[in-house]
Amino acid sequence: MSEVNFTIDGVPVRARRGQTIIQAAEDAGIYVPRLCFMKGVLPGGKCRVCTVLVNDRPQAACTQPAMEGMVVKNDTPELRGWRKSVLEMLFVEGNHFCMFCEKSGNCELQALGYRFGIDAPRFDFQFPQRVVDASHPDIILDRNRCILCGRCARTSRELDGREVVDFVGRGHKESLGVNGRRLADTGLRVTDRAVSACPVGALMPKRVGFAVPVGKRLYDARPIGSEIEDKRKGGA
Amino acid sequence: MAKPKVATASLAGCFGCHMSLLDIDERILKLVELVEFDKSPINDLKKFTGRCRIGLIEGGCCNQENVAVLKSFREHCDILVSVGDCAVDGGIPAMRNMVPLKECLDEAYLKGPTVHNPSGKLPGDPELPLLLNKVYPCHEVVKIDHHIPGCPPSADTLWEALVALLSEKPVALPYTLLKYD
Amino acid sequence: MSNDLKQAVEAAVGRCGRDRSRLLDVARDVQRSQGHISDEAMELMASGLNTSRVEVESLVSFYAFLSREPKGRQVIRLSDCVACRGRDGAKTEAALESALGIKLGDTTADGQFTLERTSCIGLCDQGPAALVNETPVARLTADKVPQMVRAAREGKLAGAGFEVVDLVRQRGEVLLSGAPAGKGLERALTLAPEVVINEIKDAKLRGRGGAGFLTGLKWQLARAAHGTPKVVICNADEGEPGTFKDRVLFTQAPELVFEGMAIAAWAIGASEGILYLRGEYEFLRPGLEALLGKLRAGGKLGKNLGGKQGFDFDVRIQMGAGAYVCGEESALINSCEGKPGVPRDRPPFPVERGYLGRPTSVNNVETFACAARVMERGEGWFRGFGVEESTGTKLLSVSGDVAKPGVYELPFGITLADFLKTVGGEGAQAVLVGGPSGSFVAPAQFSRRLGFSDLPTGGSMMVFAKDRDLLEVAQSFMEFFVEESCGWCTPCRVGNSLISQRLESIRRGEGLPGQLDELAELCTTVKKMSRCGLGQSSPNPVLSTLTHFRPLYEARLSKKASAILPSFHLEESLAEASRLQGRPPVFHEE
Repeated sequence: MSEVNFTIDGVPVRARRGQTIIQAAEDAGIYVPRLCFMKGVLPGGKCRVCTVLVNDRPQAACTQPAMEGMVVKNDTPELRGWRKSVLEMLFVEGNHFCMFCEKSGNCELQALGYRFGIDAPRFDFQFPQRVVDASHPDIILDRNRCILCGRCARTSRELDGREVVDFVGRGHKESLGVNGRRLADTGLRVTDRAVSACPVGALMPKRVGFAVPVGKRLYDARPIGSEIEDKRKGGA
Repeated sequence: MAKPKVATASLAGCFGCHMSLLDIDERILKLVELVEFDKSPINDLKKFTGRCRIGLIEGGCCNQENVAVLKSFREHCDILVSVGDCAVDGGIPAMRNMVPLKECLDEAYLKGPTVHNPSGKLPGDPELPLLLNKVYPCHEVVKIDHHIPGCPPSADTLWEALVALLSEKPVALPYTLLKYD
Repeated sequence: MSNDLKQAVEAAVGRCGRDRSRLLDVARDVQRSQGHISDEAMELMASGLNTSRVEVESLVSFYAFLSREPKGRQVIRLSDCVACRGRDGAKTEAALESALGIKLGDTTADGQFTLERTSCIGLCDQGPAALVNETPVARLTADKVPQMVRAAREGKLAGAGFEVVDLVRQRGEVLLSGAPAGKGLERALTLAPEVVINEIKDAKLRGRGGAGFLTGLKWQLARAAHGTPKVVICNADEGEPGTFKDRVLFTQAPELVFEGMAIAAWAIGASEGILYLRGEYEFLRPGLEALLGKLRAGGKLGKNLGGKQGFDFDVRIQMGAGAYVCGEESALINSCEGKPGVPRDRPPFPVERGYLGRPTSVNNVETFACAARVMERGEGWFRGFGVEESTGTKLLSVSGDVAKPGVYELPFGITLADFLKTVGGEGAQAVLVGGPSGSFVAPAQFSRRLGFSDLPTGGSMMVFAKDRDLLEVAQSFMEFFVEESCGWCTPCRVGNSLISQRLESIRRGEGLPGQLDELAELCTTVKKMSRCGLGQSSPNPVLSTLTHFRPLYEARLSKKASAILPSFHLEESLAEASRLQGRPPVFHEE
């Protein structure tokens, strides 16, 4: 059996054997919100934004393989509420100053905030002290904005073939460590795919920013996920 | 019947949100038919004349005076709205929250590159409000009823929100009007 | 770069066969010989094991007993868990600070001692308790502190009167009866592995670590999985606060445990065994290694085990290094592989792909001991104890406000009321069943029964008398989870801190009525969205007290009527500026 049939919110979905729920959903034009999942690299299961209910049990859609007969719930008020809370946690955990960030308008965290209608997080801002590493001549690592998604680490290992960054510290002390004393010592190059893998403004090329006018950026006009949902509207 | 009153203030803000409000351009003619402005920098009224329907607060709380003004707004206004990122989450002034207060004061009054302060001391005049230990989003000081993020929120956003509040409808900003920058 | 350091790291790497998967052991070795793991040491370890420096840093920064900063030659770790701290734990802490002349977190000027707090170390029945390097110190009341410090300074701590004792209060027939070990394995080896598995299934033996998974089913799945050599792992991480029954089982009947492991190996077709022993129990290691040696000499471990040609199985001890989350089976496996104790995504489950990608059965210490007795006496005998869905007996580690703290072997199905009579805890305000991952039970529910369907527990039973502040207890447990969260996933990493902060605020009298329901909602969100069992149960101290002891919260709600929120403290927030600018705040009328 190379095919798996299951449902998402009652809609029949056909998956290839080995696909995860999020992959099968995307192919079917169903958007499961996500942050730490990126096509082309293994999933990390870190952000938990993609949590769905599988036979009424919460599972990350990015790591759960699709299985025959699964009943998946994705777009329910309950899940929307829980996901919204998780996004709010990310906003208060770091120092996210959108107003001067070069990623604004193209930022996946921000875009999810918009999609979920977050006007202000309901949790207290933590205002943590985070270290900025500007040692590299061409790349900046601003940990204030890092959401600990791990896309850079996985992309660097799996696609660039380098060992550049990894998580250090336990619990709320978790942060992005570099393979060396500073980012400049790691061999990371601005052309590495790891740099473009960052969904937010944490790992960014220097001297590039604000090139696209407000109104024309990725998520100015339409919510993140629209391009996936278009597939369904285009022709199911 | 008396028109509902609207009061506004800028706490630790740059007044950009007030400028954005004025960007409603000719819609201001409609606005003044619907409301009366009470205490506000726009009309320079310095004290509340009575109870207000809506209070618009720009800027977060960075010092003792901000807290006193915010308290007064909460006491006088039925609905209190945090307008702009500074009021909603502390904004740019809140960048000092990651720096010890002493360093901030020393930079501003003693060590900054353009400071000329032969006394070598931080000013102690009671007219200068003391800084709080950190910059607080307004909703961490008083209960806030609505938040409108943006830096500043656009005039269209502010207009949409005001109209909803004045017609006692839920504030439901369309996608293009909910922005954090 | 110091030559001594180079040699020390090289030796450590060599002792672990230059095996990258043994990074945790290498790190422990370097920590022990150098007192800390410096940047240079990490670089040497990385090159010695052919891995990257950041991967080494990742591991070193994860475990509480590994330090990047130099510490004293003797690190005194005082347990901060409510149970062993008791009512006088704060006095012990103050006495330690005084006797050492330092504050918590600091090191003495002579470099001899560092004083720290640590999470529960499993001496809950004989607190206040501490670890001085690996040496456990029990009954450390404030008056005994000077004597303890003197003894430690002279290197004469062992035998100074602070030894750990086994407080076995009630022996049952299954585990603590004193019956000699060996017959279970003997019988098992005469049966086909599938028959052994069926007997364990028929006995309805369920995991004794807290999760309660059907042991027979786990072994069946591991047997059916592909990959070799298969692995049997004994989970002796025993980190749930209030749990110390495995510590006692290891001193009372350790042979039963290894017998059970051998039976599991026979059943699933494994040849490799690992005993994952929490770092805090290092003092048990010499005795356990000696026993393993004796079992090997007697043919009960090693090649052709028990005379069964072709059945090879041996056990090595893998030490932990201070991380509660390593009690989670997939995190434990990662730890065995020289990685931070971060749980894995499932599927695949360890029974399919576990240690080094091979089918692995991870079972609790007590589960193995039970399995040995099931095979010796039969599943019918085992089912004679306990109740229908919770067969057998359970080792309970009892601490808190009871006349007789210690370990009890009791049948499943007893009510909390009977339990309290047995341990001398009548009149309790609450019983915490299953540790902070479990739930607080109020007197109105003391007719409930211990068992997997109603009140499951891995053994931890903490009793709180009427004069205890349950919200303070809940707070200390939230701080435990904040400390022990692995940090991988958002809801647990952030959510637990938010819950803890909100609880602290409520305890300060700043809470508003609507916030109680909001707090309950936040707790539910963390439980539902977390990636592993830790986050799925960490909000329980707050959630269960909100549910069953709500008046305690309501009594603390703010009664202030002011436009300013009760959580905002104007004078406090002006204090620093006032001090720096040399003038008091002036309060005007607005």
